[in-house]
Amino acid sequence: MNIIVCIKQVPETTEVRINPETNTLIREGVKSIINPFDMYAIEEAVRLKEKFGGKAIALTMGPPQAEAALREAISMGIDEGYLVCDRAFAGSDTWATSYTLAGAIKKIGQFDLIICGKQASDGDTAQVGPGIATHLDLPQVTYVKKVEEATATSLTLERMMEEGFEIIQTPLPCLITVVKEINEPRIPSLKGMMRAKSAKITALGQKDLDLDPQSIGLCGSPTQVVKIFTPPQRVGGQILNGEPEEVAEKLVKLIKDEIH
Amino acid sequence: MDYLLTDEQKMIKELAHKIAEEKIRPVAAKYDASEEYPWDVIKVIAESDLFGLFIPEEYGGMGVNVFNLCLATEEMSRACGGIAVCYAASALGTFPIVLFGNDEQKKKYLPDLARGKKVAAFGITEPEAGSDASAIKTTAKKVGDHYVLNGLKHFITNGGDAETYVVIAMTDKNKGARGASAFIVEKGTPGFTFGKKEDKFGIRASSTRELIFTDCKIPAENLLAKEGMGFIVTMRTFDMSRPGVAAQALGIGQGALELAVKYAKERHQFGKSISSFQGIQWMLADMATEIEAARALVYATAKMVDAGVKDVAKGSAMAKMYASDVAMKVTVDALQIFGGYGYMKDYPIEKYVRDAKITQIYEGTNQIQRGIIALQIIKELAK
Repeated sequence: MNIIVCIKQVPETTEVRINPETNTLIREGVKSIINPFDMYAIEEAVRLKEKFGGKAIALTMGPPQAEAALREAISMGIDEGYLVCDRAFAGSDTWATSYTLAGAIKKIGQFDLIICGKQASDGDTAQVGPGIATHLDLPQVTYVKKVEEATATSLTLERMMEEGFEIIQTPLPCLITVVKEINEPRIPSLKGMMRAKSAKITALGQKDLDLDPQSIGLCGSPTQVVKIFTPPQRVGGQILNGEPEEVAEKLVKLIKDEIH
Repeated sequence: MDYLLTDEQKMIKELAHKIAEEKIRPVAAKYDASEEYPWDVIKVIAESDLFGLFIPEEYGGMGVNVFNLCLATEEMSRACGGIAVCYAASALGTFPIVLFGNDEQKKKYLPDLARGKKVAAFGITEPEAGSDASAIKTTAKKVGDHYVLNGLKHFITNGGDAETYVVIAMTDKNKGARGASAFIVEKGTPGFTFGKKEDKFGIRASSTRELIFTDCKIPAENLLAKEGMGFIVTMRTFDMSRPGVAAQALGIGQGALELAVKYAKERHQFGKSISSFQGIQWMLADMATEIEAARALVYATAKMVDAGVKDVAKGSAMAKMYASDVAMKVTVDALQIFGGYGYMKDYPIEKYVRDAKITQIYEGTNQIQRGIIALQIIKELAK
């Protein structure tokens, strides 16, 4: 089974601070990590590969330093890393990102399964995984919490719902996004870390991919970020004490005052 | 202090740090209370290849390297000295096979130990033979193509949980220390049973049991080296393993210091963080300096051992003694900084004091270490 895992390098969220004047992230000195949800995607890919054979590839789009995320994935058992990196891709929103990643996946070629984390901890949109499936015209199953059965041609999956779960059977190839309930990501091995250090990372730029120039980067992104701000904190409500009649009277008075 | 670690050493440190923070620290208090053997953590350490750090590559390891073993032990001890010693004690039980085993013995035992599928233990101490190891009473009598072991070992770290044991027994009582021999004994051998599990002051995640031999028949090929080599095997093993104990002490001290600094910054009294008080600052400064001095000594010794320097006994003894004395002092001071809270089990610091204490006692008490050092310097000066 050949698997492609899409990962994203994100700032370590426990340390994120926002500049109150510009309302932008303070990125200086903040450690970059693999998006925590993607760690489950990597683990699941490695487990499936160990069980069924084949190859597991990690794919990311980002600045050159995102290579570190690919090497970390390799240290956990991923075979190869692909870095989609080009100034032309800068400013991509989820639509342009998923379009570009879909182009990279076409370029990588043969695969049976694409696994993504359910969402990234920085943007929290949960749109890129489904976006890739749409661009590639693949069946998709989101919020997978268990791979119940895998064969050469299909997967039987448990999909997390707000209450309980669905069991879904899907043909391969397909795309799944996974939740943290699916597994416990492994600690890398020393041999894996050594392999990762010297592993070849394939870089893919705009010229390597067959993409419509109007659909990539900032100009290919329908989303416009107008303003980023910290929502004001909700102030606590007022609690009225006393006998029911008394409280009701106070409440009516408060509402009347509010109206006038 | 920058020790100019190589990329490989940085990798080992980083990996052990990750295991310590993600897998050991969250369960340290649980295992300290339950005294269960931390098999889930051992499995993680095994899968990370760290058990390979004390085993040659040709037998499935990452190459024998005491410095690397020290880096891993130090990092893991920062989070729990008890869990770290389960790991380090396997190195102690493995070194005799690495140093003195023949190819067949190495092929049979080392690959599983390198993968952490099995852990090892070393058995020399007996109720009447602690610092005076030559007083051991366990016997091994050769009968045909077997040895028959009889006797009792106690205070054996990993005892009962390890699969592979190296045991020192007397093959010729009349020859004194030269009558001792080393044997590999597998768990499950008829006549080999375990006594009670000790209820310890510290390092409670690790298991400590008696090994009981009652007409325990082992094949003659389980003899390590030759008859009469038992104490040479032991001495050479301790030369290799003492830096590891020193690294365990160093890690416990470092872990306590980190907790103390964090607490001193968070704790406010008289309207200020207590870290702003000079009384606390000077304590922290002394703790950090002593730990750094211990680290320099431990690393230098480990490098000497790896370089194959002939006489490492003095350096090993100095590193083990100094690092463990520093760990004891630093952990007590760290608890002092925590004040009354530090005395409570709700806070992690009292465990560090308990875990530190054993490092002054085992693998040769610090008084024995001082004896080794003194004898050596007197000998050197007499030259």
